[in-house]
Amino acid sequence: MSIHNPPAGWFKAPTGAERLWVGLALSWCIIMSVAMPYWHFYGKQNPTGESYKVSVQDFGQRVGEFVRAHQVGDEKGIPIVEVPPGGDGYMLARMWSFYPILKLKKGQTYRLHLSSSDLQHGFSLQPLNMNFQVLPGYDHVLTIRPTSTGIFPIICNEFCGIGHHAMTGRIIVE
Amino acid sequence: MASAVESLPVSGNHDTSEVRTCETTTLPVCLTAQQFIRWHAVVAVVFLLVGGIGALLLGLTRWPAVHLLDAQWYYRILTLHGLNMLIFWILNFEIAVLYFAGTSLLNSRLASKKAAWACFVLMLVGAVMVDVAIMQGKSDVLMTSYVPLKAEPHFYLGIILVAVGTLIGVINFFATVYIAKRDNTYEGSVPLIVFGAIAAAIIAVVTLLHGAVVMIPTWLWSMGLLENVDPAWYRITWWGLGHMSQQVNVCAMVSIWYLMGTLTVGAKPLNQAVCRGAFVLYILFINIASAHHLLVDPGVGAGWKIWNTSYAMYLAVLASMIHGFTVPASVEVGMRAKGFTRGLFGWLAAAPWSNPGFSGFFLSVIIFGFGGGITGVVLGTQQINIMAHNTLRIPGHFHVTVVGGTTLAFMALTYYVVPLLFQRDFYGKALCRLQPYVFGGGITLMALGMSFAGSYGVPRRHWDVEFTGSQLAMGFDSGAYTMLGVMGIGSLIAVVGLFMFILLVVAAVFVGPKIDGQAMKPWHEERQAPADAAAVDEDDHRTPGTLVLALVFLLTFAVYYFANWMWLADVWEVR
Repeated sequence: MSIHNPPAGWFKAPTGAERLWVGLALSWCIIMSVAMPYWHFYGKQNPTGESYKVSVQDFGQRVGEFVRAHQVGDEKGIPIVEVPPGGDGYMLARMWSFYPILKLKKGQTYRLHLSSSDLQHGFSLQPLNMNFQVLPGYDHVLTIRPTSTGIFPIICNEFCGIGHHAMTGRIIVE
Repeated sequence: MASAVESLPVSGNHDTSEVRTCETTTLPVCLTAQQFIRWHAVVAVVFLLVGGIGALLLGLTRWPAVHLLDAQWYYRILTLHGLNMLIFWILNFEIAVLYFAGTSLLNSRLASKKAAWACFVLMLVGAVMVDVAIMQGKSDVLMTSYVPLKAEPHFYLGIILVAVGTLIGVINFFATVYIAKRDNTYEGSVPLIVFGAIAAAIIAVVTLLHGAVVMIPTWLWSMGLLENVDPAWYRITWWGLGHMSQQVNVCAMVSIWYLMGTLTVGAKPLNQAVCRGAFVLYILFINIASAHHLLVDPGVGAGWKIWNTSYAMYLAVLASMIHGFTVPASVEVGMRAKGFTRGLFGWLAAAPWSNPGFSGFFLSVIIFGFGGGITGVVLGTQQINIMAHNTLRIPGHFHVTVVGGTTLAFMALTYYVVPLLFQRDFYGKALCRLQPYVFGGGITLMALGMSFAGSYGVPRRHWDVEFTGSQLAMGFDSGAYTMLGVMGIGSLIAVVGLFMFILLVVAAVFVGPKIDGQAMKPWHEERQAPADAAAVDEDDHRTPGTLVLALVFLLTFAVYYFANWMWLADVWEVR
């Protein structure tokens, strides 16, 4: 009984079904722990967490330069910026929008830089449902390759104050 | 006050005026411990009520058809709900469990009454301080209070006081275990449940130290005494508190599973070395569990993430899978020994499902295992987390661990704590018998709705899925709305089950019929085993029914796990 002191000699190896289950469970745990490194070599979705310390001012400046160099249009006053294939794209999360709108090409690879100028934010690309954390002071670099075309809304999914629910952005893939 | 000591093989260390013998279990009850168990339990239920009112408001807000609160109140109540449920309700209940395990099960007195006072007062004052800060309206920072979101200084100070109070309670428990050993109040090894409680307490110390490391600088920062708290450092350290405390809950819950199995059906663990070994695995291989929350974060690399989310081959997961087998297996052995030997599941069909102590505990095992356990491991897989981070899949997971699992197990235990330690009987026993099903069913439905809505991309902690007022319009698939409706209905049912529980417990504790000096009325009539069945020796450890259940579990786990990898293969490539 679990509420009483166990009889002497309780320390012994399991037998029967219990022993079988411990073996099965351990095997399953080993399979799962191999799966993650396996996917790093053979899968295509493996964020490495590449990131650099960056000041809010520096990142803001880089976003500004990026927009000036590559802007191709605007929507509702928000610049639409075409990222050069293989190049760097910048997106600033701030209360309460993602700036600017990015334009990408399917099948090309991009280095996407994410940072925040105020609070923590969540970069959530819909309807793919790909989610990454955005922190002030950190340049979070994701090397992405879009495999589908269309207009992909971005929503913020880290609480960032009273306007959090209205914080959206956009990536366009052609 | 007949002496408890005579009925036990060794004399306890009680002052004879400070102990009574439980008429039902014949366990000794330290009266000081009993007093503090009662107080912590009452305070726990009050916080459960506060959190429950919050749950009702939140459920009715995130159900798009209702959308009750405005944005500001939604986030305020969300902050209140998280802290009252996850911290104040659960920690107060756990301190009560530690005091019980340290005294009654080891035949010891509580080590220090003064420390118990300090623990109780600090926890209460701290919690009230936090709740006041939240309702004053300048601390809408949610439970995680991620910097640079800033709350009022007394919000952080309240949390620090709760943590310090809890730490004192935990140390008092260790001191009790120590004096029990010193005074030879028991023979041999400690009972399994005490062993589990010690494991929980060890993890709690590490957890609370993380809390101090992160909360003290943040408190200083909120007063302007520190210039900056790094957000990445905050996340990694805060989750050392936030996630590891969930492992404390798991440990406490599993101990209660063993306890309830014993109290309700005379469950008998097959092999105590296995059960205890699994508790040791929790202590040793509880991850730097904050990793689970940082899998798509900047600041930490892929190697760190993979190692810390799975290190030593998921041995903490193995521990849970072992308990998930040994707990029902111990019930099966106990029931078969009583003669319920028919077929694979005759023992389970004959179990006392009308006893809320049993139904609550067994539903907790099922909901935690199939719901919380499986989703937890899958969402905690580094790459799969891309599709889950900060979506409703996350609360969909933890409401079936910490609510359908831990809270339901605590409720089951309460159906015994009230008659045994408050010495009061329940009114409305039919409602008591129904309550675990209502609560367990509601929370399961709610979590399913959350999980599927999250798969459509619906974020957690988000007031408006219509994105009213956003510059660039956004909307979800209609399926997401259906699932949010399921979530809303489930949350209403769960809240009904919660309020039933609170009403029944409050009525019993404050005006219930006194049953001092009598054994508690059993929750169920012992059923007669079929006459033709040959009773099995309780040392016969064949558990075919449990093995089949466990294999079904493993199959479910594998299907969900590989399905998620398949879904992941369809999203954009990312490095």
